[in-house]
Amino acid sequence: MRQQLFSTVENILNKDDKTVLILGDIGVYGFRNSFKKYPGRVYNMGCCEQSIISVASGLSLSGLIPIVHTIAPFLTERCYEQLKIDFGYQKLCGNFVSVGASDDYSTLGATHQCPADVNILKQIPDFQICVPGTAKEFDILFNQSYDNGNPTYYRLSEQKNNIDVDVEFGKANIIKKGKLFTIIVVGNMLNDILETTKNQDVTILYYTTLSPFDKQTLKDNFEGKKILLCEPYYKGGLDYDIISSLYPKPVTIDHFGLDRRFPIY
Amino acid sequence: MNKIKYLKKQILTTAFISKEGHIASSFSALNMIYVIYDKILDINLKNYKDPNSNVFILSKAHASLGLYVVLVDKKFFDILKLDSFCHFNSYLSGHPNNKIPGVIANTGSLGHGFCISAGIALGKRIQNNYGNVYCLIGDQETLEGTTYETASLASNYNLNNLYVIIDHNDSSPINIDCLENKFYHFGFHVESIAGHNHYDIKNALSVKSDKPVCIVSHTIKGYGIKRMENNPNEWHHKSPSLEEYLEMIGELDNAPTII
Repeated sequence: MRQQLFSTVENILNKDDKTVLILGDIGVYGFRNSFKKYPGRVYNMGCCEQSIISVASGLSLSGLIPIVHTIAPFLTERCYEQLKIDFGYQKLCGNFVSVGASDDYSTLGATHQCPADVNILKQIPDFQICVPGTAKEFDILFNQSYDNGNPTYYRLSEQKNNIDVDVEFGKANIIKKGKLFTIIVVGNMLNDILETTKNQDVTILYYTTLSPFDKQTLKDNFEGKKILLCEPYYKGGLDYDIISSLYPKPVTIDHFGLDRRFPIY
Repeated sequence: MNKIKYLKKQILTTAFISKEGHIASSFSALNMIYVIYDKILDINLKNYKDPNSNVFILSKAHASLGLYVVLVDKKFFDILKLDSFCHFNSYLSGHPNNKIPGVIANTGSLGHGFCISAGIALGKRIQNNYGNVYCLIGDQETLEGTTYETASLASNYNLNNLYVIIDHNDSSPINIDCLENKFYHFGFHVESIAGHNHYDIKNALSVKSDKPVCIVSHTIKGYGIKRMENNPNEWHHKSPSLEEYLEMIGELDNAPTII
């Protein structure tokens, strides 16, 4: 997915002269061609992430479309207030692409792990969240949403699915229909779920846009009384969306995802 | 200058009626805000969002009443709107937001406005747009780390269309001395002025430099009202009683020219 980021963003810089790329001293070598081709629109501002987000909001206010890239915990948790106020509260267009999803950087310690990114960004009204399952899906989702006037977070992972799904921003995909129960699977967990349920009569709904949440697809395709929610970050990020989508119908949610605990060394 | 007295009375009256507002901070910042709008910005209700217009951001956003009365004076919205200050359904919130005519950024949490201003200044540079960006921050706001992060960025990118004005009204419990030296060494052109003197303010804001400009503006919190000047902490966020309100109005009436 990281390689795809470099080419997707370079293509966007090429076709849309309103876009500006800002790096937090991450991905500098990968974006070396973009630095050469668009010196006035590509910046490495170093490791001052909070200010980078606020500066990006200023760029957005001036009419540009910022794209900010750095490691997930520094892009989200460290800058949470800047994302909330400068982009969410002001409802500005901006794109935030992370690398190092959840425990991708498992050996680097909890400082570099970010299994709460989706959970916390879910609390910012109108903050769009995309969790693509493959490089191609990222390219599709980014191109469909980068200039739609809202702030959008793209969670890139080193883990990816073997198949590309024909995703659309804001829509869930129906992977298969069954009667026993419904599985909601997010982003790069689709592979494992397809493998383990291949002989089971279940409905599988695939979500790559988590905000805004596609309530209708869930409502129309909910089978049984139970949902197995499979998320590649802290369990339960979509609980509220699921319950409110199906209300007043009762639903039991089983979770498969990361537990809320630090790594043990 | 009678205009400043008149605006201070509006601030006092609005705070008295609403039982809200940061009067003392508004009084320390009012002269700067007024001169910026009166002499520097050259913007009005029709053109303030134009990409080539000058921009002002009040980062020390609790001084919102100081901004609102100036926006009224410059015809951005009607004076009657002040009656809705801090009402539940009013856009005139305690801290400015971009629903208010004349305001382009939502501020309130310290340490954001200066960074947003630097982003707008950089955006103007990238798009070859005219206009400068003026940002008023509080002196204690320099304790927010983003202030110096952004000072590094502004200096690195030579944002000479960026002016940061520091309302140095000694409000910090922590030593923040030598602001002039700090910003000088970050690579700013620095001016140190008496922040209630319109002549000084205008001259400093008119400086052209090849560097970003920092104006350290020495002020008094609650300027013009002895009760506040002598006890700025008590009056940081306090609305006057009727007796206090009448006394303060009288003090303004009897004061010599306040500029």
